[in-house]
Amino acid sequence: MDRIAFDIAHLLAGGLVLVSFMMIYQDRLYALLNVFALHAVVLSLSVSWQAYTQHAPHLYVTAAIALIFKAIIIPGVLHRIIRQMGIHREVEKVVGAGVTMLAGMGLVAMSIVLMLGLTEAADAFAREDLAFALSVVLLGLLMMVTRRNAVSQVVGFMSLENGLILAATGAKGMPLVVEISVAFSVLIAFIVIGVFLFRIRERFDTIDLGALDDYRGEHE
Amino acid sequence: MTGLFANPAYAILAIPAVSALLLAALPGYRLTARLNVLASLLTLIAALSLFVVPRAAPGAYLLVDDLNIVFVVLNTFVGFTAATFSASYIGHEIETGKLTPVYVRFYHGMYQLMMFGMNLALLSNNIGLMWVAIEVATLTTVLMVGIYRTHAALEAAWKYFILGSVGIALALFGTILVYLAAQPVLGEGEAAMIWTNLLSRAADFDPKILNLAFVFLLLGYGTKVGLAPLHAWLPDAHAEGPTPISAVLSGLLLNVALYAVLRFKMLIATHPEAMAPGPLMVSMGLLSLIFAAFMLYRRRDIKRLFAYSSIEHMGIIVFAFGMGGPLANFAGLLHMVMHSLTKSAIFYSVGHVAQIKGTQQIDGIRGLTQSHPVLGWGLALGVLAIAGMPPFGVFMSEFLIVTSTFAREPLLALLLVFGLLVAFGALLMRLAGFIFGEPTGKVGPAEASFVPLYAHLALVLAAGIYLPGPVVAWFQSVAALLG
Repeated sequence: MDRIAFDIAHLLAGGLVLVSFMMIYQDRLYALLNVFALHAVVLSLSVSWQAYTQHAPHLYVTAAIALIFKAIIIPGVLHRIIRQMGIHREVEKVVGAGVTMLAGMGLVAMSIVLMLGLTEAADAFAREDLAFALSVVLLGLLMMVTRRNAVSQVVGFMSLENGLILAATGAKGMPLVVEISVAFSVLIAFIVIGVFLFRIRERFDTIDLGALDDYRGEHE
Repeated sequence: MTGLFANPAYAILAIPAVSALLLAALPGYRLTARLNVLASLLTLIAALSLFVVPRAAPGAYLLVDDLNIVFVVLNTFVGFTAATFSASYIGHEIETGKLTPVYVRFYHGMYQLMMFGMNLALLSNNIGLMWVAIEVATLTTVLMVGIYRTHAALEAAWKYFILGSVGIALALFGTILVYLAAQPVLGEGEAAMIWTNLLSRAADFDPKILNLAFVFLLLGYGTKVGLAPLHAWLPDAHAEGPTPISAVLSGLLLNVALYAVLRFKMLIATHPEAMAPGPLMVSMGLLSLIFAAFMLYRRRDIKRLFAYSSIEHMGIIVFAFGMGGPLANFAGLLHMVMHSLTKSAIFYSVGHVAQIKGTQQIDGIRGLTQSHPVLGWGLALGVLAIAGMPPFGVFMSEFLIVTSTFAREPLLALLLVFGLLVAFGALLMRLAGFIFGEPTGKVGPAEASFVPLYAHLALVLAAGIYLPGPVVAWFQSVAALLG
């Protein structure tokens, strides 16, 4: 891989981590969805670049899925759900934005140390790409645990999954990437349809553990 | 068609896949319930024929070896008995209006799709395919857990869904890392994801990537095994879904996830410089066992009680496989089979009990041996067996695990015995309440099929008294494979 191709790939993967950080401090749902759409666009660009440099045309399918499904359809549907169900648009966070950002930086540092230290054998690009991908995955997890509301948990999960797609496309010549990205899209479609069909409206307002305990059939 | 008969693996996958479509399309729950049983029986027969038909060489996608035959046969057997139980269970649910015929159609289609997913995960030779198959099985069970659409059921399904998704996401990251470790050795593309290739060349992989991969895989698939501290979804999913699904979750799906962990454990164990996978598994297993044993005391919901008992037993099994060595592996394998059979038998009886009493609250279930002797004693025998009383098979496998651990790590064995005793006390305390005393609540007649319940108990009892030579030899060869 020549120098410029390498740099562009890095730029896009690093951009994904940056957008993940932007998602962490959004406190309104619409803004969160817009940033997620940006996340998906950056992923799509990154995957297309990989498809181009690796001469792997099937990866364009994954890029197209990311662009059409995750950057356009899903945010649009979630917008509608939020409007129709009249969910609170302000997101309740378990932890403040500052603390979450610090934790996020810690996670990114950890994944870089972990991946760069552990994997000397892999080629430089795959290794650094994995460090970025693991950061995106961990930031997605962080978002899922620091938010109380179902829409932002779904968004957190989708950003986590974007990190996995980044990792899978960075591993050169990995088979089944397209199949896996399709499988993930099915999974996400299931969540969104489930949320919509079952109208689990209560989920959107309360997801704190105290409220969960009441439904376990174990209260006095 | 000849391919279908030449390799039973195709039939094991094709029968559930075709019947899933068929059952979803056909109306009439009596017919579909019977067809569901029939399809499960045919799958079981196909699985049994794996013993007779000469094995095909491992292909790019499918693999049949000594290890997965154990899992496939157990999977299809419990799948068949659970379908039989489900037929009488679902009839009752329709009469009481808890499920409508449309939902039952959906339920049967999903049941077969889930069997397809689990069988595919067990038979796949490609680690990516295995991941996809486990995802399919997870999704279908999520939908079935939420099928009653009560608030609690949706809560449980959502929680299962989110935690299960995080689990499979971590597992995928681990899978990608395994590919990355294999790629320099096996080259790009398909070859580096085929498990038999990976196993034969694992010693040449980069040990650090393998270590990291195993941690992700253990955490990811371990979530689905229900290992503490990643078990939070399991009690809810067991308590709120239909009871046949609780039986299948406990008896089968946990095993499928465990199978994935074992495959990767074998992979990493062949590398001399990679970390030993044992200590991680041993500590997670012990933690699950002791944690779940204490949680058993404060349960008020009967299905939740046995869900915690499943966490406890998966802990014991993972502990045994973590210890490794021929004896502990043998015992772990035996314990896994015994637990699947016993736990699903317990859920078969619990399902009918909860239907008769109209409640899952333990306080509302008393004096079963007086009001419903056949059902009550079935439940009592099941609980005695799962608590580890002789002469049942669970006692024998637990005994083997404890003695083999005492010989090697006496301190760990003490912890193990402590956990077992705590759980034993909790289960016996509850049992006395269920079966003795004045019957409470409704005492209507039981319209139940007792065959699956007693068939499982008979098998567990027989295994406890006498294990036939060929079975012992077979399990020993598998235990040797596991290293």
